Formats: sequence, structure tokens, C-alpha cells
Amino acid sequence: MKESRSYKVFKVCNAIILLFIVFITLYPFLNVVAQSFSSESYINSGKVNLIPRGFNIDTYKTVTKDAMFWTNYKNTVVYSVVGTAISMFLTTIFAYALSKKRLLGRKFLTMFAVFTMFFNGGLIPNYVLINSLGFGNSIWAIVIPGAISIYNMLIMKSFFENMPEELEEAAAIDGLNTYGMLFRIVLPLSKAVIATMVLFYAVGHWNSWFPAFLYLDQKELFPVTIYLRNMIAGATGVTSAGATSADNLTQISANIKSVTMVLTILPILTIYPFVQRYFVTGIMLGSVKQ
Amino acid sequence: MEPKVANHPLPAVKAAKKPKLKILAALIRKDWQLYSLLVLPIVYLLIFKYGPMIGNIIAFRRFMPGGNIYGEKWVGLHYFKMFIHDPAFWNVFTNTLLLGALSLLFTFPVPIIFALLLNEVKSKRFKKFVQTASYLPHFLSIVIVAGMILQLTSVNGSINSLVEFFNGDRINFMQRAEWFRTIYISSEIWQGMGWGAILYLAALTTIDESLYEAARIDGANRWKQTMFVTIPGILPTIVTLLILNMGAFLAVGFEKILLLYNPVIYETADVISTYLYRVGLVSSNFSYATAIGLFESVIGLILVFSVNAISRRLTDRSLW
Repeated sequence: MKESRSYKVFKVCNAIILLFIVFITLYPFLNVVAQSFSSESYINSGKVNLIPRGFNIDTYKTVTKDAMFWTNYKNTVVYSVVGTAISMFLTTIFAYALSKKRLLGRKFLTMFAVFTMFFNGGLIPNYVLINSLGFGNSIWAIVIPGAISIYNMLIMKSFFENMPEELEEAAAIDGLNTYGMLFRIVLPLSKAVIATMVLFYAVGHWNSWFPAFLYLDQKELFPVTIYLRNMIAGATGVTSAGATSADNLTQISANIKSVTMVLTILPILTIYPFVQRYFVTGIMLGSVKQ
Repeated sequence: MEPKVANHPLPAVKAAKKPKLKILAALIRKDWQLYSLLVLPIVYLLIFKYGPMIGNIIAFRRFMPGGNIYGEKWVGLHYFKMFIHDPAFWNVFTNTLLLGALSLLFTFPVPIIFALLLNEVKSKRFKKFVQTASYLPHFLSIVIVAGMILQLTSVNGSINSLVEFFNGDRINFMQRAEWFRTIYISSEIWQGMGWGAILYLAALTTIDESLYEAARIDGANRWKQTMFVTIPGILPTIVTLLILNMGAFLAVGFEKILLLYNPVIYETADVISTYLYRVGLVSSNFSYATAIGLFESVIGLILVFSVNAISRRLTDRSLW
């Protein structure tokens, strides 16, 4: 096939545009990394863009010396692991039950769940409920209220529905009960979808900050996202839940913020190249249903 | 006399109902393991999803922090009247509509164009590279995104370096209300472009190659092929995603705005959700804030259903 000249020109322009898009996408990351290695005076005079100026690793030393940073980092890990485990358990059993055609009221129960995607109780009623349950200042406020993502549940459900029925029929003849079927036959065959779901939930928990912001007020319980938020808020005058007028938090220098950001993103960046295809699989699986 | 008459139809109903219930009970008993799997998820939904929905009752009842979670006494539409007469509410309402509309207008087409551009790339490795890079912002915590935005837009930030390079004066963007919408929407595009393109790229691979063949025989160049084969091929995906996006029109990025805004730029940056957050949780007017939230959710629900119904009429595509 012969390509017209204008199409060749287009292809070159296209490649340039796409490279430019990649540059714009990555720029904020590169900028944060550059700032994290720069000295404060260069940042404050607006001279740090892509390349570190006044190169030093002292800021990294300062941040990693802060015990509270590590306490909060550890909390993020704990909340992510516990939260993901709870979410996976509930989502799996719910999706599996709803995927069975013999289940009575299957349609109704699915609608019952899907409705919550389009209508939710809202901020204040949720806040009142969580506090009245005594979840305030505990891990439960972080990991329970959002435990089941209906979207994820629907992805799993459609995955289970597409499994060949003969598998379970054969297992039933061997005398396996429903629990055995789920845990010994179905789950080992669902590794791909489980990996995707674990990643969706884990990233969600890792990145989450708002429940912690609402329900935790002891520093030792904060996840690292709140540690970072308080830094950002301190520097911009965004008022926190209690404060009303001008914030009394001190200005925190840009390089410290940058280092904290780098250290918070690092785990995600490290695993990202290896796991990103699972995310893509997940969103494709989800689209089948729609 | 009366009881007899009233009693008469009852046994018949019972007779019809009992076997059904019995069959039901028997079925559940036989298959109890399957039904047992539903117990925890349903309890979860009832408490944590439907519970707060019922909790909205405090929009109609006076609520005392620390008191009954369903409020103390009925006040009817008092709180609804209150916000309808509150000029601050109408300001945030307008802001929300504007921000939602602008977001939709600018963020919706970008992934489509991006997917079409990627589709023209022949080198698999280059395509993969661009795609992988473009998803990345989607996986960041909103706190990080906000941190990056604040840093880039600060007086010493990179955007101002660019402004200065072109001989402009450095601007403190986050203290200037007129810049907020631009910054917010640009950041939405930055975060969502790559991720949003995934579904379009998937749809593009399903287009039948023979259609392009036929178009080429008819003398269509690449541009015409795009207009008459590619775009019609992904149109169903576009419509579905448009419905979803329009339904979520009012749900502007609450968390992002909460992290970004400050009192100086409330004029453009404050939206319904951030306003009700301050009214409710900062000033402790729980009932008033709940009324605003309920109003917002109901409008959101109506939007989803009506967009879906309209789309079913016009295009035969709908979510349900």
C-alpha cells in the first residue's frame, strides 16, 4: 500500500505530538524529583524545573529521620493490607453468590447493590453513622465503610459467570460443597481477575486520605497521605477541619514536600511497570458488562 | 359477623402462599452454603450504604451532634427553605454547574482524540511506551496530585518559569480566582487522558479490517477512513461513556478541590460538596448540610436516569 505524502507528514507530526504528550504527563514527576534533590534557595527563586540545582540529599536525610513519617508510612501499609484483605473477601463471596443463576432473587440483589453506585447517603449521614458506630480513631473507619466497590464486584461477577459450568458440575459429582467449589476450584482459576482486583483495592487504599482526614485525629494513626496533606495545607493556607481563619501551621519548604511526595509515590512507581497490564485487563473486563 | 367476612379470603391466600414459602425455605436450606455467602455483603450494604440513605432523614429533623443519629424533632422543609434563600448556596451551585460543564466539554473529547492519534502509530513499542506513560497519573493519590499542582502553579513554580521566559510577570495562580477553573480542568485532563483512552483503544481493535479495505477501494484517504469507518466504529463506546459522564456531571472532584482551594479563591473554586463540607463538619450545621447533600444526590440521580432514558430513545444505547 502506498502512503500519500500528506499522510507521511501527518505521521511525523503525530509522533511529535505524542512525545510532547508523554513529556507533559511526566513533567510533574520529573519536577518533583528535581526539587527533592535541590536546595531550598534555588527552588524559592524559581530556578528548579527539570534539573536539580544545588544538588544535595540532605532533605532526604531530614525527612527519613522524622519518626512520625515512618509511623504514618507503616500505617498506610497496614491499612492497605488489612483493607485489601477485607475488601477482597467480601467482594469475592458477594460476586460468586450473585454469579450463580440458581440463586433466588439474583436480579433484585444485583439491583440492590448497583443502586448504591448511583445514589449514596452523602457526606454528613455517613459521618454521623461512622462516629455513632464508634469507628472514630480506629482502623475500622478506614477499611470498613468502603469495603465493597460495587464496580469491582460486577467485574468479578461477570468473570465468574463466564466460567464453564461443567467445571463445577464435575466437582459437585466429586462431592465438593459450595465453599469447596469456590475456594478450591473457582478461585485458583481466577488468578488474573483476583490480581486485578487486589491491585485496584490496594492502590485505592494506598492513595486514600479523606476517611482518615475525617475520622482520625491522633497523629500516630495517620496514613502517610495525611502527613503529606498537612504539609501541603500548612503551606497554602487551606484550613483544616478545626481551624477557621488563617492557619497557624508553619510554611514547609518545597524540597521537604517534594521528598515526601517522592517517597510516597515510590512504591507505586516501582511496581507500576510490572502490574499496569492487570489494570488494563480489569477495565476491559469491566467494560464487557456495559 | 364482620370477622367472618374478613377472615374468609385469608385462608385462600395462605394456602397459596404457604407452599411457595415452603419451597423457598426448602431451596434455601438445601443450598444454604450459597445463601450464607450473601449474609455479610448484604449486612454491609444495609449498614454502610442504605444506612446513610436513611440517615438523610436529618435533613427534615433537627439534629444535635452527639444526640440521636436520626435527629430530635421534625422541622419539615425548614433546611431546604434555608438554602434556597441562601445566596452563598446559589454561588456554589453555579460554580458546580460551570465546573461540571467545562470539565465535560474539555475532558471528554481528549481521550478520544488521544486514542485516534495512538491508533495511527504503527510501531508497537512506541505505542506501548506512550500508553504506559499516559496511565501513570491515574494511579496517584489525589493528595500527591494536589501537591504537584500547587507546586507547579506556585510563584516559584515551573509554569511561572515559562511565563517569565516569555517575558511575562510571575502570577500567584492559586490566589487568583480567575485561574482556578483553568487549573482544575487542565489537571483533570492530565490525570484522565491516558486512562480514559483505554476503552476507546479496545473498541478500535474490534473494527473490521475489511471496512478499511472497502473504503480504500472507494478511494478514501486516511482522513476519510477515520471519519467514516473509525469514528462510527467507536461511536457506541463514545455514547456509553458520555451517558456515564453526564450522569456524574455534578460530582465534580470534591477531594481535589478541598485540597486545592483557599478562601481567597472561593468565588470560583467553592462547589456544592465543599460548601456543605464546611457548613456541616466545620460549622457543625449537620441538618442544613444534609439537606444540601440530599438535594445534590437527588439531582444526580435524576440526571443519570434522564440521560439514560434520552439516550435509549435517540440512540438505542443505554446502561440498563
